[in-house]
Amino acid sequence: MSGTITKSAMVENRPWLDALAHGVLILGAAMVLFPLWIAFVASTLDGSSLINSIVPLLPGDRLLENYTTALSAGSKAAGGVPVGLMLTNSLIMALVITLGKIVISLTSAYAIVYFRFPLRMTCFWTIFITLMLPVEVRILPTFEVVADFGLLNSYTGLTLPLIASATATFLFRQFFLTVPDELLEAARIDGAGPLRFFRDILLPLSRTNIAALFVILFIYGWNQYLWPLLITTDEQYYTVVMGLQRMLAVPDSEPQWHLVMATSLLALLPPVAVVVAMQRLFVKGLVETEK
Amino acid sequence: MEKRVTLNNRVLPYLLLAPQLAVTLVFFIWPAAQALYQSLLRQDPFGLKTTFVGFANFEKLFTDPLYLSSLQLTLLFSLFVTVLSMGAALVLAIMADRVVKGAQGYKTLIIWPYAVAPAVAGALWWLMFNPTVGVLAYVLRGVGYDWNHYINGTDAFILVVIAAAWKQISYNFLFFLAGLQSIPRALVEAAAIDGAGPVRRFWTIIFPLLSPTSFFLLVVNVTYAFFDTFGVIHATTTGGPGQSTTILVYKVFADGFLALDLGSSAAQSVLLMLIVVALTVVQFRFVERRVHY
Repeated sequence: MSGTITKSAMVENRPWLDALAHGVLILGAAMVLFPLWIAFVASTLDGSSLINSIVPLLPGDRLLENYTTALSAGSKAAGGVPVGLMLTNSLIMALVITLGKIVISLTSAYAIVYFRFPLRMTCFWTIFITLMLPVEVRILPTFEVVADFGLLNSYTGLTLPLIASATATFLFRQFFLTVPDELLEAARIDGAGPLRFFRDILLPLSRTNIAALFVILFIYGWNQYLWPLLITTDEQYYTVVMGLQRMLAVPDSEPQWHLVMATSLLALLPPVAVVVAMQRLFVKGLVETEK
Repeated sequence: MEKRVTLNNRVLPYLLLAPQLAVTLVFFIWPAAQALYQSLLRQDPFGLKTTFVGFANFEKLFTDPLYLSSLQLTLLFSLFVTVLSMGAALVLAIMADRVVKGAQGYKTLIIWPYAVAPAVAGALWWLMFNPTVGVLAYVLRGVGYDWNHYINGTDAFILVVIAAAWKQISYNFLFFLAGLQSIPRALVEAAAIDGAGPVRRFWTIIFPLLSPTSFFLLVVNVTYAFFDTFGVIHATTTGGPGQSTTILVYKVFADGFLALDLGSSAAQSVLLMLIVVALTVVQFRFVERRVHY
C-alpha cells in the first residue's frame, strides 16, 4: 500500500487543488493532535493552577516533577497506586496475551491445515464462534468462571481467558494454505517429521505475518479495559488503562488533572510508539486481520 | 481450499489444538451458554431462589422504557460516531491520495490514535470539555454556550460521540486511502481527458468504486460503536447524567455487575450476542463479494 509513490496529481495540473489538499490535511492532522497537545500541556503544569483556570496553550515547567510523582506515587486522591506498577502490569498483560494468542493460533492453524482427523471442521467452527462472543456480551458468566477457578486478582486471570483468537487462527490458516505443497514433500523426503517441518520451515516463512500480528495484538492487549476492571480489586494488579479511570472518578472533587494527564500520556505512549515505529507492519496487520 | 498433501498422525493434531480449544470452551462457549440459560431464569436479590421464567426477562426488557431508550440511544450513538468518523476520514483520505509531497508524514499524524485505548481517548476529551479548565468549554462560553457535561445530557452525549469518533478516524482513513489507491489510474485519467473535473470524477468514478470499502467500514464502525466504546463511557460519564449516555453495553455491565439483576443482564447479553452474530454474518458475506470484485 505504501509502495505507490507515483500515484496522483498526474491527471492534470491544478495548483489550487494541491494547496487545498495540503490545507485540509494540515487542519485535519492538527485536529487529531490537539487533544494530545492539551494533555501534554496539562501534564507539565502545577496542580494548583489547574483547579480553576483554563489549560493554557504552552507547557509549564513541572514536566519532571509531575511524571516522577505519577510514576512513583500515583494520584493521592485516588488511593495512590504508582503508575510505574500499573505500567508493568500492562506490559505483562499485553505481552502474555500477544505471545499466547500467536502461539496457540499457530499450532491450531497448523493442525487444521496440515492434518486430516475426525472432528476437524467441528474444531474449526468452535474457534470461529469466538468471533461472535466478545467479553462485552458475556460479562457476568465469564466473571463467574474466572472466580470459580480462583483466578481473580492474578496474572493468569488477566491473560488466560483472552488468549483464544479466531482472527489469528484464520490469518495463519490463510497463510499456510498459500505455502507450496512441494515444501512438505521435500521435507518428507529429507525425513523431517511434522514438528520439524513446523519449526524449521513453516515458522521461518511466517515471520512477517507473526510480526504484523504482534503489532495489532500488542495494542489489543495493552488497551484492555473492561476485563481488568472486572477481575482486579487488588491494586497490585491494576493496569494503567483501567487505573486511569480510578484517577478520573475521584469522589466529590475534581481530578488531579496534571497527574491524570501525565498518566494518560504514559498509558498511550507504548502502543502509539509501536504503531509509529512499525507502521508498515501495523498497516499489514490491520489489513490482513480484516480479510 | 484444502491442502493436497497432508500429514498423518493420530494424536498430534489434537495436542496442537488443545490449548486453543480449552480456552475457547472454558472462557467463551461455557459462559455464553450460561448467559443463554440464565436469561430464562429469575433470581431473587439474595441469590437464594431461582425460578424458570421462560422468555419473561425478554418480554420485560421490551416493555421497559429504560431499555428501549438505551436501545434508541445506542442506535443514535453508532449513527453519529459512524458518520462523523467515516466522513472526516474520507475527506482526509481523498486529500492524502492527491498530495505527493509529505504523504507519509500526514499519514503518520492521522493514524496514531488507533493505538489509544478508548478509555484514554475519553479522558483526553473529558479534559478538553471540562467546564472549569477545558479549552473547548472556554471557547464555547465565548460564543455564548454554557457547556456542562456534568449536568446537561446532550452535552455529555456529544462528548462521548466526539471521543469515540476521534479515535476511529485513523482506522477509516487507512482503509479509505487503500481503497482510493487501488482505483485504476487509467479510469480517472480517461475521465479527465474527456473533460470531467475533480468533483464530477469523484461522484461518477471514485465514489462508486469505493462503495465496497465504505460498506465494509460501515459494518466495522457500527460494531465498534456498539461494543468497543465501553471504555469511553465508563471512564468519563458512567452512563450519565441520568441515562443520557447509557448505551447497551454499558447497561449490561451496570445492571449485571452493579445492580446484580442477573436475569435481566443475561437477557441483555443474549440480545447483544444476536447483534454481533448479525453484524458478523453481514461482514463475512460482504468479504466474499469483495474477493470476487
